[in-house]
Amino acid sequence: MLLIDCPHCGPRAEIEFSYGNEAHIARPLQPEALGDEDWADYLFMKTNRKGVMLERWVHSHGCRRWFNVARDTLTYEILAVYPMGAKPPKLPERSYL
Amino acid sequence: MRTRYSVFSLARNAFRHHRDWPKAWRSPEPKTSYDVVIVGGGGHGLATAYYLAKEHKLTKVAVLERGWLGGGNTGRNTTIVRSNYLWDESAALYEHAMKLWEGLSQDLNYNVMFSQRGVLNLAHSQHDLREVSRRVNANRLNGIDSEVLDAEGVKHYCPVIDLRGGGRYPVLGASLQRRGGTARHDAVAWGYARAADALGVDIIQECPVEGFRISNGRVQGLQTGKGYIEARKIGLVPSGHASVLAERAGFRLPVTSLPLQALVSEPVKPVLGCVIMSGAVHAYVSQSDKGELVIGAGVDKYVGYGQRGSLPVTEETLGAICELFPIFRRMRMLRNWGGIVDTCPDASPIISKTPVEGLYINCGWGTGGFKATPGSGNVFAHTIATDRPHAINAPFSLERFRSGYLIDEHGAAAVAH
Repeated sequence: MLLIDCPHCGPRAEIEFSYGNEAHIARPLQPEALGDEDWADYLFMKTNRKGVMLERWVHSHGCRRWFNVARDTLTYEILAVYPMGAKPPKLPERSYL
Repeated sequence: MRTRYSVFSLARNAFRHHRDWPKAWRSPEPKTSYDVVIVGGGGHGLATAYYLAKEHKLTKVAVLERGWLGGGNTGRNTTIVRSNYLWDESAALYEHAMKLWEGLSQDLNYNVMFSQRGVLNLAHSQHDLREVSRRVNANRLNGIDSEVLDAEGVKHYCPVIDLRGGGRYPVLGASLQRRGGTARHDAVAWGYARAADALGVDIIQECPVEGFRISNGRVQGLQTGKGYIEARKIGLVPSGHASVLAERAGFRLPVTSLPLQALVSEPVKPVLGCVIMSGAVHAYVSQSDKGELVIGAGVDKYVGYGQRGSLPVTEETLGAICELFPIFRRMRMLRNWGGIVDTCPDASPIISKTPVEGLYINCGWGTGGFKATPGSGNVFAHTIATDRPHAINAPFSLERFRSGYLIDEHGAAAVAH
């Protein structure tokens, strides 16, 4: 069970939160100019890292606000919690085979 | 050709106190080059190697496994086999597998303990009931046996289910596939390994793959824990780690890796003679031949590579099972475990060529790959050997995410993801 430190409410159990998957995905600015390949990439191709992943969470059973989390997907360590729109903090590179 | 298992070999070895059984497969050192290297020694990988050797007469084939045979998801699933999928493309794929299951023990000369005890998918609301009927009709149009049972029929087929007073999850009916059931998952891996080995396939365990050598867009070989191996063609069957390997080969996949859990209870006398599944309340349970209840839980909602799941998921599943089967309320769970499943956005697998020439991938089975083992290996072997997809796996290409021709099987997948 994850203990997620909501920036507005403090540490709460994971069942209070919902997952928003990968963070920092930019919507295409000119969708009409996008080819099939790029659309597929935007819609479906996921960052599915074994290591540190930057992701979005929402405190759906609390303050209902979104924020970003940097989490190690193998050890489940939460390395950073930072607000929406902010740049991710500098983190050590981690990747596993 | 090694000793065939038969009643005579059993008797002969019984007289020698079972001391002289030959090894089921060799453990060779890798050669410097192969025609085809399969990465992943689970059921799908071993089946691929077996059909490459048997049907396509390729004998310079190796299977690389980073751990031990069948030590991944093959050994971690809930052993259920069925083919009652909704869309034509999936129905063809899983029914192809079902037909192979039906003759598999004979084909491999290895008892995979395939037991067609019937699979029930429960309906708890009018909506579920309509959905169940729709799926049964779709199955029948595809020539797959399937029928609708009303509540009485469910009680008759599965007497331990509790239908008194409706309960929190009333059972209004179910679909039943009588040809569905279970198979012994370890035996499937061992049977394929033994049969592939007998046809000359090298099975190399404890051999992790570290990277690929690619030049001019064509794969040349792969760097492994046991040195560099040259390969004309490489088939990736890495289960949960598909995107990790794909990244090393320089392309992306539309998959999300999630831990999927299962639990086993203490063994009891035979009480549950079929497989019960309910997508709506998330319960699925069957009884193993040893007497344990085998219970499948859901996936965690976030990406994870730790081979365990979170507790709320098991709580929810056990809650639903206790509600449907009050008789199981005091059963003790002996152990639980998790495996990493790679799920696709449309809950259908990818059996496909990749952007790298000579590199093929079989992944994205999500929560239901075990049932497809023979069919998946069979069509993937065809794709690798002939360099073009079998008619059955053509719709399951990576191309579908570009064309938009998705095969949306969320409804027929047992687990919501």
